[in-house]
Amino acid sequence: MIGLLSGLIVLPLVGALAIALVPGDSEAAKGNARWIALATTSLTFLVSLVAWSHFDTSMSGFQLVEQAAWLPGGIGYKVGVDGISMPFVILTTFLMPLCVLASWRSIDNRVREYMIAFLALEALMIAVFVALDLLFFYIVFEGGLIPMFLIIGVWGGKNRVYAAFKFFLYTLAGSLLMLLAIMAMYWQAGTTDITVLLHTAFAPAMQKWLWLAFFASFAVKMPMWPVHTWLPDAHVEAPTAGSVILAAILLKMGGYGFLRFSLPMFPDASQYFAPLVYALSIIAIIYTSLVALVQTDIKKLIAYSSVAHMGFVTMGIFAFNAQGVEGAVYQMVSHGLVSGALFLCVGVVYDRLHTREIAAFGGLVAPMPVYAVALMLFTLANVGLPGTSGFVGEFLTLVGAFQANAWVAFFATFGVILSAGYALFLYRRVAFGVCDKPALLALSDLSRREIVILAPLAALVLYYGVHPQPIVDASAPAVEALLKGFHDHLDSVKAALN
Amino acid sequence: MIQAIVFLPLLGFLIAGALGRLIGARGSEVVTTAFLGIAAALAWVTFFSVGHAEDKLSVAVLGNWFTSGKLAVAWALRVDALTAVMLVVVTTVSFLVHFYSIGYMHEDPSRPRFFAYLSLFTFAMLMLVTADNLVQMFFGWEGVGLASYLLIGFWYEKPSANAAAIKAFVVNRIGDFGFALGIFLVFALTGSVSLDAVFAAAPSLANHPIHVFGLDWDAITLCCLLLFMGAMGKSAQFLLHTWLPDAMEGPTPVSALIHAATMVTAGVFMVARLSPLFSLSPVALDVVMLVGATTAFFAATVGLVQNDIKRVIAYSTCSQLGYMFVALGAGGYSLAIFHLFTHAFFKALLFLGAGSVIHAMHHEQDMRKMGGLRHEIPFTFWMMTIGTLALTGVGIPFTPIGFAGFVSKDAIIEATYASHGAFSAYAFLCVVVAAGFTSFYSWRLVFMTFFGRRGDWLASIPHDDHADDAHAHDDHGHGDGIAHESPRSMLIPLAVLAVGAALAGMAFAGDFKGEGAQEFFKGALALGGDNKLLADMENVPWWVSLAPFIMMLGGFLIAYQMYVVDKAAPARVAKANPLLYRFLLNKWYFDEVYDFLFVRPAFWLGRTFWKGGDGYVIDGFGPNGVSARVLDVTRGAVRLQTGYVYHYAFAMLIGVAAFATWYMFQGIGR
Repeated sequence: MIGLLSGLIVLPLVGALAIALVPGDSEAAKGNARWIALATTSLTFLVSLVAWSHFDTSMSGFQLVEQAAWLPGGIGYKVGVDGISMPFVILTTFLMPLCVLASWRSIDNRVREYMIAFLALEALMIAVFVALDLLFFYIVFEGGLIPMFLIIGVWGGKNRVYAAFKFFLYTLAGSLLMLLAIMAMYWQAGTTDITVLLHTAFAPAMQKWLWLAFFASFAVKMPMWPVHTWLPDAHVEAPTAGSVILAAILLKMGGYGFLRFSLPMFPDASQYFAPLVYALSIIAIIYTSLVALVQTDIKKLIAYSSVAHMGFVTMGIFAFNAQGVEGAVYQMVSHGLVSGALFLCVGVVYDRLHTREIAAFGGLVAPMPVYAVALMLFTLANVGLPGTSGFVGEFLTLVGAFQANAWVAFFATFGVILSAGYALFLYRRVAFGVCDKPALLALSDLSRREIVILAPLAALVLYYGVHPQPIVDASAPAVEALLKGFHDHLDSVKAALN
Repeated sequence: MIQAIVFLPLLGFLIAGALGRLIGARGSEVVTTAFLGIAAALAWVTFFSVGHAEDKLSVAVLGNWFTSGKLAVAWALRVDALTAVMLVVVTTVSFLVHFYSIGYMHEDPSRPRFFAYLSLFTFAMLMLVTADNLVQMFFGWEGVGLASYLLIGFWYEKPSANAAAIKAFVVNRIGDFGFALGIFLVFALTGSVSLDAVFAAAPSLANHPIHVFGLDWDAITLCCLLLFMGAMGKSAQFLLHTWLPDAMEGPTPVSALIHAATMVTAGVFMVARLSPLFSLSPVALDVVMLVGATTAFFAATVGLVQNDIKRVIAYSTCSQLGYMFVALGAGGYSLAIFHLFTHAFFKALLFLGAGSVIHAMHHEQDMRKMGGLRHEIPFTFWMMTIGTLALTGVGIPFTPIGFAGFVSKDAIIEATYASHGAFSAYAFLCVVVAAGFTSFYSWRLVFMTFFGRRGDWLASIPHDDHADDAHAHDDHGHGDGIAHESPRSMLIPLAVLAVGAALAGMAFAGDFKGEGAQEFFKGALALGGDNKLLADMENVPWWVSLAPFIMMLGGFLIAYQMYVVDKAAPARVAKANPLLYRFLLNKWYFDEVYDFLFVRPAFWLGRTFWKGGDGYVIDGFGPNGVSARVLDVTRGAVRLQTGYVYHYAFAMLIGVAAFATWYMFQGIGR
């Protein structure tokens, strides 16, 4: 009997197998593939809700743990969740059915393979967040690249090969260093069990090397400046659902990695390198916001804005206090909803006009009023308007950063001004103005399928804007335990020095 | 009851916004206006029960917003005398503006959207004034900013309206940058963001040095200055004022509600609300007074020469807000709120009156195309006159008898004289001179629009102005037609506001001035303790009380001479002082300077970072490295030409990154 979390990993794979077993390339086969994918992802979401209901948010340790022997020498299959990983599991399973729906009409070529790739991707992403064995984590962390690489490379736009190659090169370069670090950790600790490694003290000098190796991988995934340039290209070329997953889930793996490994396992090094992270975060926020201001491609603009928003996340994590870290977790979840929704919104008009050039639009309020309302809502959430989920994460990470280092908060707060600039400027060019282009006048407003996709996101963005506590509370015990261990360790080091 | 006042407008917004198409324009109008009417009635009940009875302070906790570590933010509605005054101002003016808009907007196809936005604004403003903690205040603060953005850009097909909307939001965000940092600092110092806890902790922080941003600061002073930056943005104070005149792109009822009576006074409200904090920092109060006085003077000078009827009133608003900040800086918090209260009536009256003029003139806003309107729209004329009498402060010196502005503005001028701030003398000079300017531009407006004959001022329009006239619609022919009085739904609100503009000063002076103020506010404002201003201002020399009256009279006489008697005078004066005239006409060139200093560099940096930083440097040395090297060699000639720019970009990038990292490692950031 497999447990809930293993079930979550296996379910999408079963769905993928089912699609693979239904042969043919006829319309009927395509329809079957779509329906199987939708049913599988929906079922996975329901199962994840069951897991959520079995999850005790007042506890700080790992829950729903399952374990099986795998390789000799302390390497095994082990999964479990705590308050830091649980929100991401739910986020993944929640977005997946929406992605399948978003691909319903826009993907008409090799539908079966597309759905199989997506389901495999889902299994791998869930595995990343529940993995409690370092080697298993590494395999699924890097394995997730492959279906994403294919999704961009096969179903992407004109420059897809270049984008996919760039994406692969960047992330692979980072991950090779991480593999070396994992091997070093294994030799030192004799196991790859994360729960054991969390209580293993590595020598400060070694911590620095290990931290840097992990940083190389996570910084690329986040992505942090200056290793962010793969993201705009990948987004532009990826199909809509690919962009959604990329922005909403894949980018969060970096932040999750910092919280799961860097802070608790290498506290001295994290403390030592915090200024570097601050500097890169601030540059990311200001630099990419300015770059977003001058973009002419909607998707690129949102991609750059993602880099800026992830800057708040890294800044919050390395503030090493409750507001910063809880804010970072919140910001990641909120950004998952908001950026996912924004890319879905871009997909809506891309499906109709097959362009993402901002200049091709203008005055969409007139032919598409409902769409304009949805786009306005998500734009405001992206700007971090209080009352939307976007505000809480930004605010908490800034409060946290201010206590750690006032200058960091000072510079990062400039992002609040700049985000208003680029986001409203984009909205103005797309939705406002006179609708005088014949192609635009004939556009139909949101279809029922598109409303079904966007409505839950809109509801959550507003709900979590007014009542964010469920997510904050879920992560709080785990974050507090993490920070307590972190500061206890640093205090003991300081005491030993005196 | 307070829940009903705050959430009825939200309900109105939801109904008109979501069901607008179902219930139609008329349904939306009726629902939102009726809800606001109920809210306004309840607000007046609250005003009398809180202000004139025993109820001192009540806080209705609605729930928890978010909690993280020590930081706990609640949703709560705080009602004390200060809130009560604001509730009355906001709901009353909002109700009248809703009512007025039924007539003013009757030709607009998007009325459900318009009324939904108006109600959304009202809700956000009410959340702001009932906030029990700084974060909820920030929620309302940004919420009114959003509503303002949506309403300025209401006619979204107009490029100028879109630009003005974005400008308003972004400039406000610059202020909010300071507000946010202020909240962070308050939390770092006191461990709380809720007002009572902050006020309780504040006295122990007085004269408490902190080291932030590389300098030693007085803790309270820094908090106040950062928070005040938010107030400067929202209340369009000097340096952050540029969005307000442009905001006149929105429909006129919006200008009356948001950009005259309520939202722009949020900054004044904020400083008054935080007066227990500000009163601990003489330096912060000095800055508040300095900024207020400068704004009062600066905006009044610009108002002297503007030709757009709404822009004159907009600069007047800017200037009057400056008066309120001068009062705050002097420690006369209740006087600032008093002026806020009376100003809401007469400025809303002037804007709605201007709307009636614009409506009668078929959307013409240029005063040079007006004249002689007093015969055609007499009711509007009389209402505008009452508003002008109130704004310019007409009354009988040395008695409490006068229009609203006489009572509240002259009190501020006396208080400024009696105060002991570092800039009191400067501020006194500014507000007295500005009083003269106020009188001049206000009467100039009345004379140009209502007196003389149509076409008297057409000759003063430069020819190239006709071409890009942004305001007039295509049908220029209306200029010669007879103007018609507006419908009753527009005139009734004018009459109600006119009663307020005439009487509100005399009727409520006892609650805001003298000994009555402490009794009325009951600790909601920092009027006790060492603050003896309200008593001191009773003893100013006789000429101080007379000065604003003389200035008012002088402004009126000069305006009368130039715009009624000798109509060639304005052109003559402008010609004699061409530099000064252009300087004022172009609003001290703030827009041009800001464009040069901030807007263009931001776009230039964006492009440089994008093409140079991401494209050339990062991708060049990263994934495209090898192939890029090869290409560079083969295209040596091209590289020579374009290389320099990129070398600069490269050096800059590396330099910035290295510097930032070094700086952080130094740890001197604390």
